[in-house]
Amino acid sequence: MTSATTNEPKRIHPHKFTMWVAMGSIVMAFAGLTSAYIVKKNQSSWLEFDLPIVFWYSTVVILVSSLTMYLATKAFKAREMGRYRTLMTVTATLGLLFIILQYMGFNDLEARSIALVGPKSNSAASFLFVITGLHMVHVLGGVIALLVMFIRAYSSKVKSYSAIPVEVAGTYWHFVDILWIYLFIFYNWIG
Amino acid sequence: MSNEAVVHAHGAVTTHEGHGDHHHEHHHHETFITKYVFSQDHKMIAKQFLITGMVWAVLGGLMSVLFRLQLGYPDATFPWLEDILGKWAKGGRITPEAYYALVTTHGTVLVFFVLTAGLSGTFANFLIPLQVGARDMASPFMNMLSYWFFFAASIVMLSSMFVETGPFSGGWTAYPPLSALGDASPGSKIGMDMWLISMALFVVSSLLGGLNYIATVLNMRTKGMSMTRMPLTIWALFFTAVLGVLSFPVLFSGFILLIFDRNFGTSFYLSDIFINGVGALPNEGGSAILYQHLFWFLGHPEVYIILLPAMGMVSEILSVNSRKPIFGYMAMIGSLFAIAILAFLVWAHHMFVTGLNPFLGSIFVLLTLLIAVPSAIKVFNWLTTLWRGNIRFTPGMMFAIGFVSLFISGGLTGIWLGNSALDIHLHDTYFVIAHFHIVMGVASMFGMFAGIYHWFPKMYGRYLNNTMGYIHFWVTIAGAYLIFWPMHYEGLAGMPRRYYDYSIWESFKQFAELNRFISTVAMIVFAVQLLFLFNFFYSIFKGRKVTTLNPWGATTLEWTTPIKPGHGNWVGEIPEVHRWAYDYGKDGKEFIAQTTPVGADESHH
Repeated sequence: MTSATTNEPKRIHPHKFTMWVAMGSIVMAFAGLTSAYIVKKNQSSWLEFDLPIVFWYSTVVILVSSLTMYLATKAFKAREMGRYRTLMTVTATLGLLFIILQYMGFNDLEARSIALVGPKSNSAASFLFVITGLHMVHVLGGVIALLVMFIRAYSSKVKSYSAIPVEVAGTYWHFVDILWIYLFIFYNWIG
Repeated sequence: MSNEAVVHAHGAVTTHEGHGDHHHEHHHHETFITKYVFSQDHKMIAKQFLITGMVWAVLGGLMSVLFRLQLGYPDATFPWLEDILGKWAKGGRITPEAYYALVTTHGTVLVFFVLTAGLSGTFANFLIPLQVGARDMASPFMNMLSYWFFFAASIVMLSSMFVETGPFSGGWTAYPPLSALGDASPGSKIGMDMWLISMALFVVSSLLGGLNYIATVLNMRTKGMSMTRMPLTIWALFFTAVLGVLSFPVLFSGFILLIFDRNFGTSFYLSDIFINGVGALPNEGGSAILYQHLFWFLGHPEVYIILLPAMGMVSEILSVNSRKPIFGYMAMIGSLFAIAILAFLVWAHHMFVTGLNPFLGSIFVLLTLLIAVPSAIKVFNWLTTLWRGNIRFTPGMMFAIGFVSLFISGGLTGIWLGNSALDIHLHDTYFVIAHFHIVMGVASMFGMFAGIYHWFPKMYGRYLNNTMGYIHFWVTIAGAYLIFWPMHYEGLAGMPRRYYDYSIWESFKQFAELNRFISTVAMIVFAVQLLFLFNFFYSIFKGRKVTTLNPWGATTLEWTTPIKPGHGNWVGEIPEVHRWAYDYGKDGKEFIAQTTPVGADESHH
C-alpha cells in the first residue's frame, strides 16, 4: 500500500501555487456575495434599475489591460526591458482608469437618485456598490503590485532575471479581469 | 525537483538567513528581535501561536468560571467580584450586561483564538515542514505576517473588554440586528466595532496561514514523500487549511455587508425595526437570515477546522503509542476528505427553526446525518489501532484516547440534533451546549493537549512532567463529563441557553443544585489547567532533558532532526523518504523509520 512513484513530475513554483489558492479564496468571497445577491433579489422590495453605460467602457479598458499585461510578461521573458517598462506603465494606467470609470458609474447612479448607501438606499444598489467596490479594491491591489515591480525594473541595484514575480502578478491581473467579466455578466444577465 | 532546489533557487525569499543548501552547524547572527519576535522560523512562529493561544485559553476559561459563578450561585454576592470587575459586578453580582459580554467573548475567543489559531496555527506551523521534510514554509514571511495579524486581532479584542460600554454581548455568532445597530444594546456600540476589526484581522491571519500550509504540503515535500506516505497529521492539517481558505472569505463577505449596515445605513440585514427610546428605523427590505446563511457557511466548516487537526494528531499519537500501524490509512484519508466536502453542505442545520423550508430542511438533515459515516469510520479505525496494541500510556496517549471517548460521546448527540424535527425542541437549549462542548470544544482541547505532550520534547528539547500530566488528564476528563453530561438532561427538559438567571423560572428551578454542581466542577477543572500551565512553563526551563533523537520510537521525519533543530531543521541534506509513516511492528522490528530504504527481505510493501 505504500508503493508510490518516487520520480514525481516537476512541481509548480510554490509562489505561483500560493497565488492560485489565494484566487480560489477570493472566488469564494465573491461567490458568497453574489449568492447573497440572488437570495436578496428573490425577496420583497428589490429595486430594478439599468446599469451605468460607463461599465461597458470599463469592461473594455480592463480587457485591454489584460492584453498589455500579457505583452509585458512576454517582453520581460525576452529581456526587452524598455518595452516591458512601457507596457507595465500602460497596464497600471489602464488599471487606474478602470477604477475611475467604476467610480463614474457610481456617480451616474447617484445622479439618477439611486442611493447606494444611507437610509434611502435599496439593497439592490447597495449590493452593486459593495461587490463592485470590493472588486475595485482588488484591482487597486494589483496596481500597487505593478508599481512595485515597475520600481524594481528601474532600480539598478536589484537585477532580477526570474520571471516568477512577473508571472504571478500577471496571473493575478488576468484573474481580476475575469472576475469583473463574471460580475458584469452577473449584473446584466444572471442576477 | 526536490524542494531543496526550490529553497536554494529562491533562498533570499524563503529563508531570511539565506542558508540555501550549504546548511551546516554554523548559524548567522540572530538578534533577540529576529529570533524571538519577528521570527520567520516556522518552529518559533508555532510557539508564538501556542503561547498566545494559551493566554487566550486562560482568559476565555476564566470568563466561563465567572459566568458559571452567576449560574451556580444566582442569589449570592461576591464582594471580591466588584473589586475585579468594578461596575460590571455592582454589589458583588455580575450584571446581566456583563454576563452576556462574558458569554459572547468566551465563545469568540475559544472558537477562533484558542481552537483555530492556537490549535492549527501551532501544529500546522510546527509539524508541516518537519513531517514533510522541508526547511520551512513556502513563504516564511507570510507565515510571520500570519502570526502578527493574529497578534493584532488579539490586542483589539482584548482592548474591547476595557471600553466604557463593554465588549460585544450579542453572542459569538454576532447575528444582526444586535450586531448591526449600535443603539440595540451597550455591547453593540464600540465593543462591536472592535469585535469586527479584530475578526477581520483574524480572517486575514488565517488566510495567510492557510495559503502557506496548502502550498507547503503540496509543493515542498522532500524526495520520496508522496502524498500517500504522509503522516495523517499532515493530511488533517491540509484539509483544515483548505476548509479555512474556502470558508473564511465567505464570512468576510458577510462582515463587509454587516459593516455597511452598521456604518453606512444600508439595509442588507435590517428591516422593520423599532428600538425602544429611538423609534422606528428607516431600514427596509433587509433579511437577518441572510447573515445567518453567510455566517454558518463559515460556521460549520469552522467546527471541522477545529476538529480535524485534533483528529490528525490523535491518529498519529495512537499509532506511535500502540506500536501498531494506523488501521485503515487510506480510509482515514478518505473519511477526512468526505468530512471536508460535507462540511460545506450542512450549514443550514444551524437554521432549522428560522422558518427554513421544511423540504430544504430534510435535505440538510440527510447531508448532516451522512457525516456520521466518515466519523464512524474514523472511530472504528482508532479503536482497531488500539486493539491488541502494545500500548504505552504516556500523557499524550491518555489525552488521545480521551479524545476518542469524547468524540464518540459528543458525536452520538449530533445524530439527535441533526434531525430537524427533534431540533424544534432541542434548538438553543443546554442540549446543544452539551453536544458542541463535548464533541468540538473539549475533544479538540484534548487533541491539542495530546499534541503538546507528544511534541513538547521536539519543541523544547525537554519532557513535560508525567505526574502532573496524569493528574491533569484524569481531573480534566472526569470534569468534562461531570460538567457537560448533566447539561443534556437540562436541555431535554427545555432549559434554554444564554439565560442570566434560571432560579426565577418555575420550570428550571429544579436544576438549581445541578447548576451549582456543574459550576463547582468547572472551577476545579479550571484550576487543574493552571497546573498544566505551571508544568508547561516549568518544563521549558527545568524539565527532564531529551537525550535521544527519537524518544517515542516514531517513524516520522521530525525525529530525524537534531534535538534542538535550528532554522532549516536538518543539518546537511534533507533526508529522503522510502516508505509510509506507519511501519510499526513489521517483520519483527519495533519500528522502521521513513528514511530507512526498503530491504530486499521485507515482507509486503
